[in-house]
Amino acid sequence: MVEQSEVRVVRCGGSKINLRPPIISTDSRFVLCASGDSVKVYSTRTEEWLHSLQGHTNQVTGITLNPANHLQVYSCSADGTVKLWDFIDGILIKTFIIGYPLFAIYVSEKHDGIVFLHIAMDTDSKNECFQLVAVHLPKSAEQEVEAKELSAVSSRISPNPSCTAFGREGQYIAFARHLQLNVYFFRKQKTYSFSLKATDKKGAKNAFTCIACHPADDCIATGHEDGKIRLWRNFIHTKEYTYSTQHWHHNAVNTVCFTPEGTNLLSGGIESVLVQWQYGAGNRKEFLPRLGGSILHVSTSSDGQLFCTSHSDNKITVIESSFKVCGVIQGLVKGDAVLTDLMIDPRSKALVLNGKPGHLQFYSLLRDKHLYNLDIVQQEYIYEAGLDQFEVVKAAFDIKGYWLATVEERGQKSSDLEFSLKLWAYDERTQSFVLNTTITAAHTDRIMSMCFSSSEETTMLVTTAEDGQFKAWCQGADADTQQDQNFWSCDFVGSYHNLKPTNCSFSADSSLLAVSFQEVITIWSPDTWELLTTLCQPPGVVRDLCFGQLSCSKYLIATTTRNLLCCWNLLTCALEWSTSVEVSKLQPDPLSENVAAFSYQSKHTDLFVFKPNEPRPLFTHKNVCSEKMHRAVFVPREEPLNNCDESSQWLNRSQLYFLTQNMDLLTFSTATEEDRMLSSSKRLVIDDSVAVTPFYLLLGKHRQQQQKLNTPSHPAADKPQQPQGSLTCLLLSFPSLFFPPEMEMESSEQEMNSEKEEEHSEEEMEACDSQQELRAQGSVDEVTPKLSKAQERELKRVRKTDFSWMAGLIDSKP
Amino acid sequence: MGEFKVHRVRFFDYMPSGIRALAFNRDTERMAVARMDGSVEIFHCSDRFFQEKIIPGREQCGIEGLSWVGERLFSAGLNGGITEYDLTNQKVKYTIDAYGGPIWTITGNQQGTHLAVGCEDGTVKLFEVNEDKIQFERNLDRQKSRIVSLSWHPSGSKIAAGMMDMIQIFNVETGHSIHRMLADRGVGTSRSKECVVWSVVYLSDGTIVSGDSVGMVKLWDDQTGTLIKSHNVTKCDVLALSVSQNEDSLVAGTSEGTVVQFQFVSMVLGKDDNEWVRTRTFKNHTHDIRAVAEITTAVVSGGMDAQLVVKPLLDKIEVRSAASALRKIHFPHRRLVFCARKSGLMLFQYPGHLELWRLGESEGKGIPGSSLFVKRNPEKLLHLKVKGEDHIRCSAVSPCGEWIVYSTASSLRLYRLHCDNNNVSITKISKLPKVLSSANQLCFSSDSSHLFSASTQSSVHIVSLSQSGCKFVGTLKPKSGSHQAIHLLAASEDGEWLASANSDHEVHIYNLQTRKAHCTVPVYSSAVTAMGIHATTNCLFMMYADQQMCEYSIEQKQYTDWSRTVQRKGLHRLWMERDTPCLNVMFNPQNPSHVILHDTYMLCIIDQSLPLPDDKTQFYNQLTLKSLTEEQRKSHSHAFKVCKTFKDILCVELISDQSLVVVERPLEDVATQLPAPIKQKKFAT
Repeated sequence: MVEQSEVRVVRCGGSKINLRPPIISTDSRFVLCASGDSVKVYSTRTEEWLHSLQGHTNQVTGITLNPANHLQVYSCSADGTVKLWDFIDGILIKTFIIGYPLFAIYVSEKHDGIVFLHIAMDTDSKNECFQLVAVHLPKSAEQEVEAKELSAVSSRISPNPSCTAFGREGQYIAFARHLQLNVYFFRKQKTYSFSLKATDKKGAKNAFTCIACHPADDCIATGHEDGKIRLWRNFIHTKEYTYSTQHWHHNAVNTVCFTPEGTNLLSGGIESVLVQWQYGAGNRKEFLPRLGGSILHVSTSSDGQLFCTSHSDNKITVIESSFKVCGVIQGLVKGDAVLTDLMIDPRSKALVLNGKPGHLQFYSLLRDKHLYNLDIVQQEYIYEAGLDQFEVVKAAFDIKGYWLATVEERGQKSSDLEFSLKLWAYDERTQSFVLNTTITAAHTDRIMSMCFSSSEETTMLVTTAEDGQFKAWCQGADADTQQDQNFWSCDFVGSYHNLKPTNCSFSADSSLLAVSFQEVITIWSPDTWELLTTLCQPPGVVRDLCFGQLSCSKYLIATTTRNLLCCWNLLTCALEWSTSVEVSKLQPDPLSENVAAFSYQSKHTDLFVFKPNEPRPLFTHKNVCSEKMHRAVFVPREEPLNNCDESSQWLNRSQLYFLTQNMDLLTFSTATEEDRMLSSSKRLVIDDSVAVTPFYLLLGKHRQQQQKLNTPSHPAADKPQQPQGSLTCLLLSFPSLFFPPEMEMESSEQEMNSEKEEEHSEEEMEACDSQQELRAQGSVDEVTPKLSKAQERELKRVRKTDFSWMAGLIDSKP
Repeated sequence: MGEFKVHRVRFFDYMPSGIRALAFNRDTERMAVARMDGSVEIFHCSDRFFQEKIIPGREQCGIEGLSWVGERLFSAGLNGGITEYDLTNQKVKYTIDAYGGPIWTITGNQQGTHLAVGCEDGTVKLFEVNEDKIQFERNLDRQKSRIVSLSWHPSGSKIAAGMMDMIQIFNVETGHSIHRMLADRGVGTSRSKECVVWSVVYLSDGTIVSGDSVGMVKLWDDQTGTLIKSHNVTKCDVLALSVSQNEDSLVAGTSEGTVVQFQFVSMVLGKDDNEWVRTRTFKNHTHDIRAVAEITTAVVSGGMDAQLVVKPLLDKIEVRSAASALRKIHFPHRRLVFCARKSGLMLFQYPGHLELWRLGESEGKGIPGSSLFVKRNPEKLLHLKVKGEDHIRCSAVSPCGEWIVYSTASSLRLYRLHCDNNNVSITKISKLPKVLSSANQLCFSSDSSHLFSASTQSSVHIVSLSQSGCKFVGTLKPKSGSHQAIHLLAASEDGEWLASANSDHEVHIYNLQTRKAHCTVPVYSSAVTAMGIHATTNCLFMMYADQQMCEYSIEQKQYTDWSRTVQRKGLHRLWMERDTPCLNVMFNPQNPSHVILHDTYMLCIIDQSLPLPDDKTQFYNQLTLKSLTEEQRKSHSHAFKVCKTFKDILCVELISDQSLVVVERPLEDVATQLPAPIKQKKFAT
């Protein structure tokens, strides 16, 4: 691990945003959520991703607002650190090194300078023995501080962080595990425990699933596995405690949450219905149904005006207190499994994979944003366990991104397999794919693989199926139906000794087609459909094959089940080299000669990157992840990196993303990339009056320029002159995807107008802001060299002044 | 265990009557239960809810309210009368008319000086409780609508009355109304319907709790006459309320069959700002709950489905045991079925009539567990209606099947049955001795020559029966002790001994030859639920309400060795945890060491020759024994052999041809005959 510090595995882009409850900033303008190795900041109004707080080197496992300063946020991570951030500017303020992997963080107003953390009790994480510890955060000027004052609160902690909550005024902490509720009073230092029976005659499942404490009364709400909500009172008595039971959810309650005033209780579960219970009024409740995936977390803003729910389909919904959905932040949709390959849409450079059931999703990794879903199956999805439904299992793009081929099937488990092949053409006018051809009986048995030819002129699709045939499909004018539109039809049916074809691949220039038939690889000419040659390297069935790219296009690489990686030279039709390595997935980079090979051995996955012309790997990374890797893709970069370092050169043109079995999208990042990202986040200067969207950044630049022109003469008059015309022409020059919805546009304009009066004062602020920024930047750069006494004093001064003015500004906001 | 031919009788259409009112006496720990048919039952709460006393009802006598004043029990009903009960002799003491039309509610103050009744004509009438009677004192201000519910303030100075659409508070001194609080009607269509305040409870801190037909439990302040808080408990009616003694818990019974508990809980721990918070909901009834009572450690509820449910409150119980388990009482703890052992006749006792059936006959033999072909169907011989309005208190049929006797509160009637082939006729025996005016319990001697009739003062009258008629022979009187009514009689097979048990747990044994008291069994803390005298050894076998058992040798006037062994070793945990009392004790003439017992859920044979089980041995071991070999069986078997083939047993009797009669009354059959419950939507929102 030490020598590989250059290239790291990171969770960057497409990560889960529903792992932990999202938090809403005090002014209700931002939603923060833990996402992979970073904390993402979204705007509540525009639902736009503003920036990330980057710096953790492992999964972020908890975030919470700093109770002492509502512009700061604590985050904890599995890398064993707690970091304090200024989340508006995205500045890392402090890092506290705890030393153990952390799993959740809790704070309370009454416990100043103390954070409560979940740590694993044993190094063996399979035991799932967790401990709640209180950590005193030392007050020190240094950036990185080691926090050593750990004191255990309890070891009876559930691994689920929703099962721990602070009570009224931080006087006690309630936590539950399995069937036991514990309440620990800090003043008395005493724990009260209450147990439920595992089950009763009616078959109730009583295990605790979540906890919330009333903000003003001593009342604890707990959710249970069978959908009951219990409200516990009088819990300072071991005998005379009492609880009342409410039951609406038909399955486990995933989350409960009191509103800040304590008048309502929110709960959510698998039904994806947000339920609002009136506190103290028995059964009176309100519902907000049809929110999408099942609700995992609910959180409220501190003024109770906004609620946030996070859902199992990697989505955060922002809900007004009047129970109206006002925003949806969609992450990469992760179903139970990804059946299709990971693909890159050549047009939008978006990642394409299974999304919602029956859909393909287009996800922009660059902007980390869900673009749209393409309905492939075009049938109503019925949510019912055990129902066999059509699902997209294969998809492929042609090289220009004009054609999309999909295969949907149903009945994987049963014998009556149904499937159909669909071809979609890109429609320039509607900017989306339109169904062109549906082939219901393309093969007599399941389609194993398919690929488009890579030549620019003719598009051809090859499918291989378990019925022992591979078919080539061409778009051609059908003689029978004399229509303008061209449909796809079968051009050629090929087979080889009645063996089952598994993989197929076109060479880079589309002059050759390789189809593997168990142990045999056959090479065909797509022009004449002539079997050119067969390549065979028994024993072992061919698992994956690919052609080399660019200068290495004369090579064909294949892996077999008997742990053999072979490379043939197609000019000589001879085996160039072969090596004994267990490879589960081959992924060629379309922009370079490199091929990535993933190997799963002894419970971890290794990565090798090599060029086909030499058997020596360019780069190896042991223990990429502990699970089996099953999908990977090279994503072309927008602008190439200039890594001169040999080990990271292969990442210059494109980035390798891969999906593990438990649906984590991981990628590799280089040191230079990280440096750049870190510096860019520091550079970000944000006018905090408007939520920062890409749209706003551009607009803001424009305005700043204008201000520069106007300020000297008459600062008060500059705002009314903001030319409406220039704004619209600016808007028009944007690509369509950047458009906010029309309504949003209007509102932001109005907002600008209403802020005229404040503008003056804000400018002054900005001036001093930039000064401070300069200083801050200077200090960051000089962290490693020794600071002189004077400098240190200066630095302290900066820290002290930091943000207090900003707090005042935010409080004064309407 | 032995094999028996079993007559499985399911044609006894016994229908328990719905529960209308409950009253709990904290000092004596007795629960009085009034049923729809006018009967009043007394349960002993600390003795496993054994039904100690039954006062049968009358036709046209609907009880609406019950109230204890000290140890005296009063009831009032829609016939307009107030009734006091003589609990010693288990009968009505007197009834006086309140002259206010039908009475909806009756309640006594805590001081025990006054009774208040709420009448149809809108008056609250106060009665002074005197030594031996009650005396009308005065009316409070008359209201326009009927008084449905009443509650005294614990100080006795104020009364809250629930009416149609409102609650009134009266000052008892002046008789004037202090406050008038209007209860809201429901919304929508129910707006036009009056809101009935079914129940009110006046707490000592001046809070009035009301339950009404809109489904609300409301809390009012009596100083200002304003609403403090309202809880919507149900969509239908809240029919009953009850508060615990220390006023920290309140239960409300609803038409849906749920009992909702409210607790007076501090909202912020350690501070005194308590509030009433709805906490638990119990659902043990299928029909309307007409009455609830919160007793020391449990909530007792009863309603239209005729079962009395005792739901323990776990937070108030010190030690969890069988005595504090959830208990549902469906059937009376008395025998309603009597069997003429020698002639195969069954007498079924209904409240208003008697039925005499002849058992069917079957042929041949079958393998154990199989059902035999019925050669002759059971046949109803007689349907005997009671003369007068009173309900039957007790009845009996002689072992030979020739005599039938029953007694109501006012009269006793003896019939002689003539049965030749298919012609059945009865003749009433006229000119009964004067002492036989009424009986608490009746019993025939085993040779059917004598009738024993339990009478007042724990005495038993003996009457000899002959072809010509009956003749008073003598009276058996206990030497000393209480004068409580006798509820069990047992005569020995040889006609020598008679045992009687009364509700003060005393068991007296008389020698019938000398007609003198022979001895008294040491008094045990629990009531005797069943007893029998062994045919050969003349030992008295007694079952108690707390599931203990004793065998007492009459001749030696002491407990037998077996009984002492049982006491020393203790009974098995599973035996002690059964929640219905044993109702009959029989002896197998084929095997003298076998004692046959039954309760509502099982039939048990105790083999006194086998070792007793301790807590470690498997109690229900029949299946295990079956799988073992003959030798292993001996080491594994113990004295208790339990048969759970039959359920909801009312009576088991061994008749002379070595076959068992098991009278079942399946609860499902009872449920189908109940009126339809309130319609409830079960699914969807």
